[in-house]
Amino acid sequence: MQSQATYNYKVVRQFAVMTVIWGIVGMLVGVIVASQLVWPELNVLEWLSYGRLRPLHTNAVIFAFGGCALFATSYYSVQRTCHTPLFAPGLAAFTFWGWQLIIVLAAVTLPLGMTTGKEYAELEWPIDILITLVWVSYAIVFFGTLMTRKTPHIYVANWFFGGFILTVAVLHLVNSAEIPVTLFKSYSAYAGVQDAMVQWWYGHNAVGFFLTAGFLGMMYYFVPKQAGRPVYSYRLSVVHFWALVFTYMWAGPHHLHYTALPDWTQSLGMLFSLILLAPSWGGMINGIMTLSGAWHKLRDDPILKFMITSLSFYGMSTFEGPMMSIKTVNALSHYTDWTVGHVHSGALGWVAMIAIGCTYYILPRVFGRTEMYSIKLINVHFWVATLGTVLYIAAMWIAGVMQGLMWRATNPDGTLTYSFVESVKATYPFWTIRIVGGLLFLVGMIIMAYNMFKTIGQGKAVDAPVLAPAAAH
Amino acid sequence: MDFKNTSDFVSGFWNMYVIVLALASIVGCGVFLLIQDKAKTNAGNTTGHVWDENLEEYSNPLPNWWRWMFYITVVFALVYLALYPGLGNMAGSFGWTARGQYDAEMKKADEQYGPIFKKFQNMDIKAVAANPEAKEMGQRLFLTYCSQCHGSDAKGAKGFPNLADADWLWGGTPDRIKETIKGGRDAVMTPKGTKPDMDAEQVKDVVAFVRSLSGLTHDSARAQRGKELYPQACAACHGPEGKGMEAAGYPNLTDKVWLYSSQEADMIETVTKGRNNRMPGFGDFLGDAKVHLLTAYVWGLGGGVKEEAAAPAAPAAEAAPAQAGMDGMSGMSADKK
Repeated sequence: MQSQATYNYKVVRQFAVMTVIWGIVGMLVGVIVASQLVWPELNVLEWLSYGRLRPLHTNAVIFAFGGCALFATSYYSVQRTCHTPLFAPGLAAFTFWGWQLIIVLAAVTLPLGMTTGKEYAELEWPIDILITLVWVSYAIVFFGTLMTRKTPHIYVANWFFGGFILTVAVLHLVNSAEIPVTLFKSYSAYAGVQDAMVQWWYGHNAVGFFLTAGFLGMMYYFVPKQAGRPVYSYRLSVVHFWALVFTYMWAGPHHLHYTALPDWTQSLGMLFSLILLAPSWGGMINGIMTLSGAWHKLRDDPILKFMITSLSFYGMSTFEGPMMSIKTVNALSHYTDWTVGHVHSGALGWVAMIAIGCTYYILPRVFGRTEMYSIKLINVHFWVATLGTVLYIAAMWIAGVMQGLMWRATNPDGTLTYSFVESVKATYPFWTIRIVGGLLFLVGMIIMAYNMFKTIGQGKAVDAPVLAPAAAH
Repeated sequence: MDFKNTSDFVSGFWNMYVIVLALASIVGCGVFLLIQDKAKTNAGNTTGHVWDENLEEYSNPLPNWWRWMFYITVVFALVYLALYPGLGNMAGSFGWTARGQYDAEMKKADEQYGPIFKKFQNMDIKAVAANPEAKEMGQRLFLTYCSQCHGSDAKGAKGFPNLADADWLWGGTPDRIKETIKGGRDAVMTPKGTKPDMDAEQVKDVVAFVRSLSGLTHDSARAQRGKELYPQACAACHGPEGKGMEAAGYPNLTDKVWLYSSQEADMIETVTKGRNNRMPGFGDFLGDAKVHLLTAYVWGLGGGVKEEAAAPAAPAAEAAPAQAGMDGMSGMSADKK
């Protein structure tokens, strides 16, 4: 009987395909808003103006692209590492259709101007309730699968996925506490500096758990799989997992340096952000060192290139983050494009690259192929994406530091050397380079979509048989 | 207010709660690392667990440099908390606060830059306006504090007055300009002026008449009817001849200057819905010396009025609204001070 059972790949296929589709949509909107900064006349209609499209971009890339990637990879790896099909397949299907509905609702309501005004949590209360329902279902499917596992131990990737699912539930419920006044409008349950603190406790942990812990879960399954090597250190994974999930929770106040937030809160936010450096790097080390003894594989495996490059960007941005949380550095970097560059070194370099690598791993396996339609195109995608990321980040670094220096420059009489608009004007060349970088990244995703549809065309949907766990030794 | 204590706690309990939780968390990170560090490892061998055919983990120890980096950040955090605020109400031995840093920097800046501005403070506005150094400084202040609304060329925009021409809503003498900068201005036109019962057609009639005053294209039949309505609807503020009243900020309707555009539709909107406008006061924020420089800069932009040439309109200003004696006048514009 056991040998007849197959893994539930249907929901994995659905989420994997939508990862690519939403990636293109979200990044296209990103290129549009970037262009609107350089050519303000592109703000043609109120529904397509910068202020409406910017939250659509962030929601689409984080929750639609990133979210679908997380669902696809966690559903794929949790059943395989537990040696059992997904628990509650009906609920799993509901998470797919529910999540797609949420994304469509976001794409409609945000351009219409319906927003809570809370960054990365802009969706109005009826959608918040739908998110809660989908997320609880996700938790039931994931933890149900874990509880019915056939192995004595829980694989490390599942700790990270589990931590991410639990924490995002808590973050969403607390930050989205709001009082509805109409079907499309609500007000936050918090006020003033407390509201700001709750918002950034949520905001930074959205980065820490949605975009980090979840994606580390991906890394822990797919990097050793693709490299064909054991994870570098079990002990390191234990230490950095607990330290990471514990310290991330404290880091939010670094978004509110030099504001009305009490000094003690700002200090603690900065200190825990610094402590966070080592736990973050633990994940990078464990991923990159997994390749020790197999470095030659990087030469001709573009999927592995995506994964290792993503870990390098992860290490870079998790070094940059703690540095930017230091008050004196933050005094220069805050409110400048440096922050935007930092976010994208994480978002493009780490989150998108690891998600792309893992999706390339999954696609042939769930569509009955041994590999993607074209390995060469994966390679092209890799170089285009890397070049795009580097252009984007470098342009924003220069722009950000320049803005910070211009804003603080004073004349001998103490007056400001530059008016704000002069710093805007000086930023135009870098915003233009940023468009090129973003455009390259988008082109990479389109190449991926072509490769994906060709792979699907040549293959057919296949559910792999459930494997018996290896005998304990 | 005691700004040393910025913790905002409502009771001593939260102070202790924060101190205990923060210290336990930071020390806890170090202790956790120490315990894990001591756990047995078996370098080069796997833990013996296998998932999904070939997923295994090596039992390698923590990398040495990584371990030390972690310890150092924990120790740094504890040292920092002894020096800076972070543990609830405890001030930290440096006595640093964000507010204290701001005050100290402002004090230093005032000492350093104050004399540069003060040397112009007792000079006559006209002399300051003619001084090239003062003009440069005034322009820099203008670009920082005024250009957001009035534009970097001071020519304004819809709803934001042009400061470079000779038309002044609130007066263009040095004293009046300074008063405007220091205290700001609130301007209110009530919907349909002082005749709230006007219907849409009557509003169009009044607009046609007002357009005729300014030499704009208009329907003369409407203007004729509007002329009948004008005394009741508009004259209380804008005067019987539409010349306005500078002392109270009531605009002149006979010139070619239209703050909210001279398009007929915009004028109909103005009369139908009224207008609210506000310029914030900068006196407390900038201080007398900087306001003096800005006054000279704005006065010297080209439209400044010499004091002796200015019409003494102030006494008439108080008489006019009283004379009108209409409902709906209470909210009409008045000097903020």
